[in-house]
Amino acid sequence: MSGRVITVTSGKGGVGKTTTTANLAMALASLEKRIIAIDADIGLRNLDLVMGLENRIVYDLVDVVEGRCTLRQAMVKHKGYPYLYLIPASQTRDKTAITPQNMRAVAMELKDSYDFILVDSPAGIEWGFKNAIAPADEVLIVTNPDVSAVRDADRIIGLIETHDVPIPVRLVINRLKSGMVRKGEMLSVDDIIGLLSIRLVGVIPEDENVLRSSNQGVAVAGPAGQAFLNLARRLDGEQVPFQSLEITSLMDRFRRLFNNR
Amino acid sequence: MQDQVEFKGIREGILITIDPEAEWGDVLSDLTARIDNQAAFFRGATIVLQLGKRAVQRPELARLLNRLRERDVNLASVLSTSATTQGATRQLGLALDLSEIGPAEGVRQATPQIERPPEYPEKMFDDEIVGSEGILIRRTLRGGRVIRTPGHVVVVGDVNPGAEIIAGGDIVVWGRLRGVVHAGAMGDESCVICALDLQPTQLRISSLISVSPPTNKRRKPRPERAYIQDGQIKAEDWNH
Ligand SMILES: Nc1ncnc2c1ncn2[C@@H]1O[C@H](COP(=O)(O)OP(=O)(O)OP(=O)(O)O)[C@@H](O)[C@H]1O
Ligand SMILES: [Mg+2]
Repeated sequence: MSGRVITVTSGKGGVGKTTTTANLAMALASLEKRIIAIDADIGLRNLDLVMGLENRIVYDLVDVVEGRCTLRQAMVKHKGYPYLYLIPASQTRDKTAITPQNMRAVAMELKDSYDFILVDSPAGIEWGFKNAIAPADEVLIVTNPDVSAVRDADRIIGLIETHDVPIPVRLVINRLKSGMVRKGEMLSVDDIIGLLSIRLVGVIPEDENVLRSSNQGVAVAGPAGQAFLNLARRLDGEQVPFQSLEITSLMDRFRRLFNNR
Repeated sequence: MQDQVEFKGIREGILITIDPEAEWGDVLSDLTARIDNQAAFFRGATIVLQLGKRAVQRPELARLLNRLRERDVNLASVLSTSATTQGATRQLGLALDLSEIGPAEGVRQATPQIERPPEYPEKMFDDEIVGSEGILIRRTLRGGRVIRTPGHVVVVGDVNPGAEIIAGGDIVVWGRLRGVVHAGAMGDESCVICALDLQPTQLRISSLISVSPPTNKRRKPRPERAYIQDGQIKAEDWNH
């Protein structure tokens, strides 16, 4: 069976693409899937850091593309899981060192031996985005519950929808603070879905464990960890109800009932 | 009288057809005057010129190109059957063929064809045909998309914040309208804007502007229609 290439992207920077890619990769690996994570953020690599693999890097994606090593040699094995690998981004080269064709070729070579190939993208809609999206069978849009992140997500979805070959797109809402939503200081899950009208596949709460575990290069535990595991299961085809979402939207509904009277 | 310069919305942008017999100097001043009259509509627009069999030398075409650039109008292509004009077009780096430039937006172009039963007056159908030119967009317009056409625009889907529609005619949105819309952008004050949920960031008809009051976000959506009355933009329930 052929593996699925899933690109994680956002438009706006700093919303949690790398955090999502890393934790999703580790969560899927814990479900005994065969995973490759590719860092397509050339020049600004940090997926290796968040996965705790920085010190094991010898070659990178640009080395592969320019023929200095084989794909196999650039793959960094994760210590914690038997079937989790990373292909790191180059730290020095600029993003034009890689083309969409390169990305497609790399993904093709990996598809037969892995269940999921996760691609972390750079922020923005330029060159690096086009590279990251080129091999994708599916796209995960990561957004935060604020107006500017959602606006950028909307633009990206528009770009992908009008792509030559439209790619299925699903949404991950990261850093949801249910308290703030309740007070109306933040967009709710319903607000965001109402605007973007795409399918929701994950809701990750704001969680201080994220920063700590990223610094240590391990999978996040706690509420965010559970949410990433749920996301992984849903991507794997399982039906997992949205727990935290149900709570917030129930609150929302009550609020609306009162506001409208 | 037949216009020497004619405008029409096409997939690639705005098609401007110039009567091959008209005097070039007249054409030039007429064209620039009409663009200046509707500056808001043309700013940033992509246009295609249909020059027919007219032979235009490179300096003449370059002069026109400059005038357009000064007005922030992007001339993408010149269509012509004259070898002279084609040569000038190539030398200026413009496309000779519509296939060389992509469509301006993912739109469907409808050529209106209405059959007239003999018992109906001809005039009535002429009006409908002339007034019916428009484009149909069958998807949500997301942030960053700009639709610009001299005709009407119908969107089956939402118009999200950050998206923009500039239409010479009416705008009808079968969905939520939350972006920026400008109907009657070429000066027609009779144009209307309708939506199932009318909450635009900004709404313009002809030269009037109305900014949405910060309404209760949670209000129940209802179809509305905006139009000009007594020199003001009004919105009313769209149930008739
Ligand atoms: N759910 C969360 N709870 C708390 N902090 C988070 C959460 N998700 C991400 N962060 C923090 O937000 C910051 C940005 O995250 P990350 O680097 O994953 O974003 P990015 O989208 O990859 O950024 P860039 O566009 O720069 O690549 C990091 O410091 C990360 O620890
Ligand atoms: Mg990142």
